[in-house]
Amino acid sequence: MEAHLPVLLIVVPLLAAPLCVLLRHRTLTWILALLAAWTVLGMSVVVLLRVLDTGFISYALGGWAAPWGIELRIDVVNAYVLVLVALIGATVLLYAPASIAAEIPREQHYLFYTAYLLSFTGLLGITATGDAFNLFVFLEISSISSYALISLGRDRRALMASYQYLIMGTIGATFILIGVGLLYMMTGTLNMADLAVRLGPVLHTRTALVAFAFLGVGMSLKLALFPLHAWLPNAYCYAPSVVTAFLAATATKVSIYVFLRFVFTIFGADFAFAQMHLQTIIVPLALIAIFITSSVAIFQTNIKRMLAYSSLAQIGYIMLGIGLVSETGLTAAIVHLFNHALMKGALFLALGGVALRLGSVELEDMRGLGKRMPATSFAFVLGGLSLIGVPLTVGFISKWYLVLAALEQGWWPLAALVLLGSLLAFIYIWRVVEVLYFQPPPTDAPRNEAPLSMQIPMWLLLAAVVYFGASASLTAGIARKAAILLLGGAL
Amino acid sequence: MNLIAGLFNYWVVIFLMMAGFYNVIARGNLIKKLIGLNIFQTSVFLLYISMGKKEGGTAPIVAGADAVYSNPLPHVLILTAIVVGVATTAVGLALVMRIKEAYGSIEEDEIHQRDGEA
Amino acid sequence: MKERIVLRVFAKPLIPLILLFALYVQFHGDYGPGGGFQAGVIFGAALIFYALVFGLEKAQKVAPPTFLQSLTALGLLLYAGTGIASLVLGGNFLDYSVLADDAVHGQHLGILLIELGVGTTVASVIVLIFFSFAGQKQT
Repeated sequence: MEAHLPVLLIVVPLLAAPLCVLLRHRTLTWILALLAAWTVLGMSVVVLLRVLDTGFISYALGGWAAPWGIELRIDVVNAYVLVLVALIGATVLLYAPASIAAEIPREQHYLFYTAYLLSFTGLLGITATGDAFNLFVFLEISSISSYALISLGRDRRALMASYQYLIMGTIGATFILIGVGLLYMMTGTLNMADLAVRLGPVLHTRTALVAFAFLGVGMSLKLALFPLHAWLPNAYCYAPSVVTAFLAATATKVSIYVFLRFVFTIFGADFAFAQMHLQTIIVPLALIAIFITSSVAIFQTNIKRMLAYSSLAQIGYIMLGIGLVSETGLTAAIVHLFNHALMKGALFLALGGVALRLGSVELEDMRGLGKRMPATSFAFVLGGLSLIGVPLTVGFISKWYLVLAALEQGWWPLAALVLLGSLLAFIYIWRVVEVLYFQPPPTDAPRNEAPLSMQIPMWLLLAAVVYFGASASLTAGIARKAAILLLGGAL
Repeated sequence: MNLIAGLFNYWVVIFLMMAGFYNVIARGNLIKKLIGLNIFQTSVFLLYISMGKKEGGTAPIVAGADAVYSNPLPHVLILTAIVVGVATTAVGLALVMRIKEAYGSIEEDEIHQRDGEA
Repeated sequence: MKERIVLRVFAKPLIPLILLFALYVQFHGDYGPGGGFQAGVIFGAALIFYALVFGLEKAQKVAPPTFLQSLTALGLLLYAGTGIASLVLGGNFLDYSVLADDAVHGQHLGILLIELGVGTTVASVIVLIFFSFAGQKQT
């Protein structure tokens, strides 16, 4: 059974989804989804431990050996992201019933869990696969179910947000498809490890260069890098709270993993950065992303939208780390991938509690919330501190590695800019904290804390934020191993 | 001359791709955008299939000992991609129907206007 | 109503032929062009044709939407179930060779089953999409 773990990671939620359609019952489908998600979490941890021991796991689907067959190939980088996706998927599901009871009609709850499980399957599939076209298929599976999930929001603007995401996401995925097709044209293979080997001699041809360009733009669309980010604020803002928490913590992270896989493993850091000057493109875009989106976040009155813009800034930090192309830079990027998912997941879960009790996430409605919902407000403050990068939270670990990486290369201005970004984060977090604690509540509203089923997952993620902030040897250690693996080029 | 006639299939792919992409960007009607997306995806299918054809090759169905077959792998990839395209179009059309119900219009500028008023 | 008579008379022998052709395409996927998706679409098209000619209510009596939803799930379960069966019988996921006594028959059986699953799901999804679009009130 242990040999089949890589494929069971994908198959268990895939089997649970149609069972949810057949069961049709609100609570039973939730229990089934919960069982599936927590089983996947357990399996992904086992896989991570195995990979830390042995290097990588390879699984041939259908018994056909790679490179003729589709292969699932899990090394340290994938395993790390798999554990992250499974953790978020399982934790957010605990939170779901109370939250969607207020936001989605009861008859549709079983369909919600089905779409959630399908999106979960897609994300796990993208991360585990070792075949480029299989990646496209799973990418579309997760994207299409996300479009459906986002459109379930109460506000009618959720429909337009989902439509806009559909158009931009499909264009991005089709660009990736074109890139993969051009790579197939030049090398005759779709297996990632084989592509890395066979692409070497033909990297100078125009086809390979165009393939790189198409793949780069497609992946940037999916991970919402600065100019191609327009779908993200609306999609995160108008989707149901559960969906925002799930997607904010997983979808863009998995797309960043895809970027790492294509740029470092298949094309090679040499080609991408030395010949194609990817650094001169990514670093400025990342810096612009950090500053413009953080500044826009300061002026938002809808807190979900503010956190969405903050997510864009954090993606900028991750891409900055990747753009630095050093071991420390890549470690910073990979560890921030993990940390940001934890932070943002917790923050959106806290906001979901606010949305449930208040019915809105506008700043002026949250006046004096510190007295009415003390636990949730404190959770928000903790998450905010992590966004700023205060020591003892995971945000500090990421910023530390990022600044270290910039200083290693002698780029003092870059380090200063990273710290300036933290200042902007401080401004927009303080805005909310001031309203929560230092303004009187509108009427004598009673204490009305979020239900326990919603608080437990939120505190789970926040406990992880503080734990991995205090002792980062596990997360940063694995990230460093992943960075070394990626820079070494070998799969 | 060979640049056009020899690479004819790629010219068709480029034409369809740009026509579809232009439709997605320039049209305000939501359904026309979806049609543009479909044309864009169709051009990618043509790219894959034309790449799989071998000179003198016949359809990749077993037909005797020494027949020359076209590469069957792109055909399989395109079948999958077509299904993905159908699913995306279905979700897109369902969204457009819900938008029509909620806003009363499927023109993008009218929808933004009604959002601004609300 | 006169024009409808031509359509109705025409449709009555045609729809069974289309359904039969869909089944032919389904099971001849490994000998000629065909397979699950194509057959599913043709089958769905036949049901949609019936709905267009004879009316939505009659079509929904033939294929109730709740039943179609369950069929969708069953098709996917058939596909994944074949994969799990291969796992249980000792091979990798979706390794059809272990499904029967020798590898060739195993491959035949495996492909047949998964294409059947795909065909079922696709046909029911196509008809479900049509029903949900056609059931909207005119605005």
